[in-house]
Amino acid sequence: MRELALNILDIAENSLAAGAKLVEIEVSADFAADTMAISVRDDGKGMSKEMLATVCDPFTTTRTTRKVGMGLPLFKYSAESAGGSFHIESEEGKGTFVRATYRIGHVDRMPLGDFGGVALQLVTMNPNTDFVISAKCGEGEGVLDTRQVREILGEDIPFGAPEVRAFLKEYIKENLTDILGGRL
Amino acid sequence: MKSLEELRALREKMKSQIDNRSVASADETVIKVGMATCGIAAGARPVLDALLDEAEKRHLHNVSISQTGCIGMCRMEPIVEVFRDGQKYTYVLMTPDKARKVMNDHVVNGNVVKEYLIGEN
Repeated sequence: MRELALNILDIAENSLAAGAKLVEIEVSADFAADTMAISVRDDGKGMSKEMLATVCDPFTTTRTTRKVGMGLPLFKYSAESAGGSFHIESEEGKGTFVRATYRIGHVDRMPLGDFGGVALQLVTMNPNTDFVISAKCGEGEGVLDTRQVREILGEDIPFGAPEVRAFLKEYIKENLTDILGGRL
Repeated sequence: MKSLEELRALREKMKSQIDNRSVASADETVIKVGMATCGIAAGARPVLDALLDEAEKRHLHNVSISQTGCIGMCRMEPIVEVFRDGQKYTYVLMTPDKARKVMNDHVVNGNVVKEYLIGEN
């Protein structure tokens, strides 16, 4: 992984695999304090205490094709190697919450990367899940709530339709990526 | 600033076009891109973007592009599977440029890009 946005995509894919109906993603930055945070919250199936205790071990995974699972370990590493912290909580049947913090100016902090592209991919490729994706930076704050989009589009027009995709791309740029301003 | 109100207008415009589109779905091509940790780390996202971009540019309404989990051959990622004419074609070690070529040669013109298939790698 070379971008934090790819980590976000990867963690969100876990949420989708857990059958989440709503995934909330937030990227916030405080340049004065030199900190940024990424959090992903879902209402998926969650995990047991035993699983939670070992979930950041690369040799723990739910998939059946391999015995290794690198998603959470890589995310944790990205934060801890950049003067930040990592936190995960989960309850079976309730969902999972993951949060990573970073020192913005740390030499080993990965760039945020194409966060807008990841947001667009998540909302357009997963029509059965709702997303609330938000960006916060000082005074600026923006959000994309697919429940609002769904309400307007109705049942018959898919999120992946080229016209909708083009709209969402612009919407995400103005409401999410421009808020962060390419400084991450 | 883009607002959701514009989306409402867009919806009205699109409503009339929908019926035409569903007719063409008989000979649909399904494309899947592996989007697990292995795929993402190997660069599956730009590959998916390239596929979507080509489909949009060429107005390919009978192509459905989606993502899937770990296909099971992590060292061959990014992997793109094309389901067409009852057959499955597995393209491995993909890049955005290769993905565009597969879209043009295979999906549009029906010529399998043999050199990118899993058997050749």
